[in-house]
Amino acid sequence: MSLEVGRGQVVGLLGPNGAGKTTVIKMLLGLVHPDAGDAMLLGRPAADPASRARVGYLPELFRYQPWLSADEVLTLHVRLAGLDVPAQEQRDCLSLVGLAERAGDRVGGFSKGMQQRLGLAVALVARPELVVLDEPTSALDPLGRADVRDIVLELKSRDVAVLLNSHLIGEVERVCDRVVILDKGRVAASGTLAELLGQRVLRLQVADMSPAAHARLDASGEVEHAGDWYTLTLPANDDAAAVPDLVRDLVALGVRVHAVEPARISLEERLLGILRAGDEGGVGAAGGAGGARQ
Amino acid sequence: MTTTARTVVTIAALTLREASRRRVLWALAVLTVALLVLSGWGFSRLAAESGFGTLTSGQARLVASQLLNLVMFGMSLIAALGTAFLAGPTLSGETESGIVLAVLARPVRRSAVLVGKWLGLVVFGGGFVVLAGLAQCLVVWVTVGYWPPQPAAALALLAAQTTVLLTLGLLLSTVISPMASGVVAVGLFGATWIAGVVGGVGAALGNDGVERVGTISRMLLPTDGLWRGAMHAFQDPSAIISFGPEGAAFPFLSDASLTATYLAWAAVWVAMVWGLAAVSFLRKDL
Repeated sequence: MSLEVGRGQVVGLLGPNGAGKTTVIKMLLGLVHPDAGDAMLLGRPAADPASRARVGYLPELFRYQPWLSADEVLTLHVRLAGLDVPAQEQRDCLSLVGLAERAGDRVGGFSKGMQQRLGLAVALVARPELVVLDEPTSALDPLGRADVRDIVLELKSRDVAVLLNSHLIGEVERVCDRVVILDKGRVAASGTLAELLGQRVLRLQVADMSPAAHARLDASGEVEHAGDWYTLTLPANDDAAAVPDLVRDLVALGVRVHAVEPARISLEERLLGILRAGDEGGVGAAGGAGGARQ
Repeated sequence: MTTTARTVVTIAALTLREASRRRVLWALAVLTVALLVLSGWGFSRLAAESGFGTLTSGQARLVASQLLNLVMFGMSLIAALGTAFLAGPTLSGETESGIVLAVLARPVRRSAVLVGKWLGLVVFGGGFVVLAGLAQCLVVWVTVGYWPPQPAAALALLAAQTTVLLTLGLLLSTVISPMASGVVAVGLFGATWIAGVVGGVGAALGNDGVERVGTISRMLLPTDGLWRGAMHAFQDPSAIISFGPEGAAFPFLSDASLTATYLAWAAVWVAMVWGLAAVSFLRKDL
């Protein structure tokens, strides 16, 4: 498998359970030894501990010394990173993840969600240039998830590279520039969202559809409809003007437009499509082997 | 300070802080104070009732030596339990829980983290036996007026014994679960002590085969050998003479001081076991 995360880029890792997402991350960080191949972190070989100097990591299994307080955990990590981060900056980091009031409390008394927030602060405290987040929202409430999204986008704006491993396709779709889909330890597909999805889907809720309006819809792409909801699959090469043009034309034809929604399921469908296609290939090969034995 | 030195110092300080904040410290403190108070009471009753006055000064020193060694054995047992149960969780516990993931993802070498852990545990365990042992010596001195001939050497040997045991605990904790590593380390410590006693009986009876049991076990795990060296430094030199050759059979007297060769072997043993622990920890996929 091959994977690249550029500065200021947010790359999402997707894939089914056991695809090797966490293992890939652990190999990058020297926690798991690869059988073969090499990895570079911020311009140094990943086998060299110094390559991790400006890397922040939130593990999937996030646990911090329960006998320390939240601010002591951050101080420990700053020291291990070999940096001199002022106390105020460390406190800012805790307030960024919503733990400012619990800074002096022992981590042992924290809920899972609070420990994950602390983990995020640990990943961010040593002024990282690459942040690796493994399932960063698994224990968070919807508010926490929104916070993580904002933090990731803020990192991106500061030109920090982010590698995000998540089961939540919606999360990946909202923040990632590029997506890598892993299956059985291999890259099944990768690319920007637009490349990967190829086509866009638009859902429209409309009333007073005339035959002319139907014709206009048909001209834009493949149409399915149920009641007053129309699902329109736009061609892959459509330009940004296609949707506004369509809406303008429909309104001009006397159609009452209640809702226009870019569909959110597309990445999920694409992911399932890619993974199922891979599975079918596997089944076919197994069948062939069985046939040979007979 | 180099990166490695900084990591070692940071992790050692963290380990000391962990030891001071975990309940094991309180358990150790309560046990130690209980032992000190009980032994103080025991020694004072001994002085008052059986009356050291009716014993010759040689006999009094003999009794005091043996009792001091007996109580010191209790102290070293507490230290053994404490450090073994600290050394176990600190590595395998952190590996199991995932605490180690965030730490090792920092720009640190695993070997430096291991040195830091070990150093922290040595300072903690060694510091404990030296302080508690010194307090015990003072208790005996105040109650019956006996002061061991070589207290510094004795306490240093006790600290060395603790170091041996916690190094073993550290090795075990890289391969088995936290609790199991503590239990196995303490079990081996006890087994070596018993083998040492059996060897002593063999020596007293002039049975070479039985005597060899003690010698071999002392080579395999140097805790008992170091303990016997410590005992020798705590006890009155006349004690063993008054017992004669049968003295070897008595578990709380030691008939010979340690040789430099044995001390060197103990150091090599610690280095070897530490090396094994490092190999096991460095290769581990987390």
